[in-house]
Amino acid sequence: MLEIKDLHATVDGKEILRGLSLSIKAGEVHAIMGPNGSGKSTLSYVLAGRDGYAVTKGEVLYRGKNLLAMEPEVRAAEGVFLAFQYPVEIPGVSNTTFLKHALNAVRKHRGESELDAMQFVKLLRETMKKLGMSEEMLKRAVNVGFSGGEKKRNEVLQMALLKPAFAVLDETDSGLDIDALKVVSDGVNSLRAPDRAMLVITHYQRLLDYIVPDHVHVLAKGRIVRSGDKSLALELEKSGYAAFAKEAA
Amino acid sequence: MAVAATPPAGGAYLERYADARRRLAAGSAPWLEGWRRAGAEAFRGAGFPTIKHEDWRFTPLYGLVEGDFSVDAPAAPFDQSRIKGVTFGREAGNRLVFVNGRLRSDLSSLKQLSPGIELLSFAEALASRPRLVEAALGTAPGLAGHPFAALNAAFAADGYVLHLAPGARSEAPIEILWIGSGADKPPVYHPRNLVVAGNGAHATVIEHHVGLCIGAYFSDTVTEIALGEGAVLRHCKVQDESREAFHLALTGARLAAGAHYDSFVYSAGGRLSRNEIHVALEGRRAQCRLNGAYLGRGEQIVDHTTVIDHASPETSSKELYKGVLDGRARGVFQGRIAVRPHAQKTDGQQMNRALLLSDKAEIASKPELEISADDVKCSHGATAGELDDVSLFYLRSRGIPEAEARRLLVEAFLNEVIDSVALAGMRLTLERNIARWMAGPA
Repeated sequence: MLEIKDLHATVDGKEILRGLSLSIKAGEVHAIMGPNGSGKSTLSYVLAGRDGYAVTKGEVLYRGKNLLAMEPEVRAAEGVFLAFQYPVEIPGVSNTTFLKHALNAVRKHRGESELDAMQFVKLLRETMKKLGMSEEMLKRAVNVGFSGGEKKRNEVLQMALLKPAFAVLDETDSGLDIDALKVVSDGVNSLRAPDRAMLVITHYQRLLDYIVPDHVHVLAKGRIVRSGDKSLALELEKSGYAAFAKEAA
Repeated sequence: MAVAATPPAGGAYLERYADARRRLAAGSAPWLEGWRRAGAEAFRGAGFPTIKHEDWRFTPLYGLVEGDFSVDAPAAPFDQSRIKGVTFGREAGNRLVFVNGRLRSDLSSLKQLSPGIELLSFAEALASRPRLVEAALGTAPGLAGHPFAALNAAFAADGYVLHLAPGARSEAPIEILWIGSGADKPPVYHPRNLVVAGNGAHATVIEHHVGLCIGAYFSDTVTEIALGEGAVLRHCKVQDESREAFHLALTGARLAAGAHYDSFVYSAGGRLSRNEIHVALEGRRAQCRLNGAYLGRGEQIVDHTTVIDHASPETSSKELYKGVLDGRARGVFQGRIAVRPHAQKTDGQQMNRALLLSDKAEIASKPELEISADDVKCSHGATAGELDDVSLFYLRSRGIPEAEARRLLVEAFLNEVIDSVALAGMRLTLERNIARWMAGPA
């Protein structure tokens, strides 16, 4: 589903990704772990298409297409989703309006009919019920006044509505207490599917107790220095990142 | 030795339209003719303001001074079905329609006027209620020494007069539609409007200025408002003139104790527009709220100027203007708040926020506080910013195309001030106008 080949990327002229390669198949959940500054967030923004992240070498193929040539909205419509580490607050745009615009834009791109207000609200209610979310979150502006847990749940809600084929979860555990972490992880797990792949990016092993990956990769200084199964995460928890940092050097 | 000064452009302007003034004078009562002549002389002396005048520093009147307009020009024929598209339908049962500043009774309707309310044209009022007009005319704050109040007086021929007896309440909003329709020569018109509300009266007035032609015209409007004790006037104005039009509007409101003037202005049309409001809070606990939303693009100049005189204790004023500027447009916001020495416990708040969508767009904000009392709460603020990149990326990362994401963010920016409009139908109209504006060219 996703093929990253020798990816190099710079931010403000500084090389952050330095030859990252990774292959993810449909139905798989991969985790990327790494210390601060290893390039975790850069990878997620490069995949989502944020301005200011310049790819200097390498390529990313998504379902055989050149992902890097697509505008961010096209990537989303094609089924790539980034759950933000810090979901953005947008005063003045109601959460419902935002979700409806997003869903209809994506449906339109996929050649599906746009939902009218009634159809949309029905779908939204059903989806929220499945995720155990309160409808109160719909009335407020996007992420404004949301707690850390509510923001992350709102990301999961967007993911559930947009039904991406490939989702990147950037530090989904940051800012969450253990209860919120469990709720968010349950939401993510409910979206695991044979035709959907996920890339979970995290600093801590803790999240992987809840979202159990098929493959674990260690990122250090902009490239993957070790890959393994979920036991690699536990190994990391014991030994720390220091040993891997040396491997990357 | 006096050096010969350049003759003020005012004199030349008056000469150009001497015939029109003679036509106006014929049959006018002496007091009216005297008033018009005084206006003409004041304008002859003052002339058009230039950017050397402090109040007009940011608002050059290029194209207006040398413009060759036609007073009382016949309107170019326009499709009357288009009127439906620019009115508020169910919300206004009472509507006066003016074309090039002249009342068109055939297009107007007055179905639901409540008892104690008179709504008529200025020309009609001169014939049927001359004393009312004579007493009210020229008494509003901000008019004295104002060049365009003087010019307006010199040519004032029509407008609307709204009179509310004490305690009268207008249930349905009163709508005034101003249509600019240029013919061979761009028309100029100088409407003079009067609103006189007795104690405890309530009314809502919606004004819509719209160009049903492509070309230029010059609208120089003066509106005088006098609110008695406890009277409430909601005044909502949509300015959507043609892109070549000059729109100068001066409103002066005088408030007795406990009166409330609630103004909302939407400005999107005109090559040059200035909406200037002067409010004198004369009675204790009088209050005003002046809100506005403005949109500019191309070479448009969009000016909002407000002057608030806190002349009594416990008066309050709140102002919020928000604008979106694209292309090479210039926004101007000038806000003066004066608090007189005895006007203790007054509250004056002023804010202007501009969103700049291009590098070439600009906003000039000039707040001025003159506070002579010591127990007051006054604040002002001005901000200018661009669309937030991170918000834009967030929306796009959810599949929302860039243009739509930008529109959502612009609407979100304006929502705060649009939401202050009490009439739901009006908010819808404004939201539609903004959406249409966003879809247009930069």
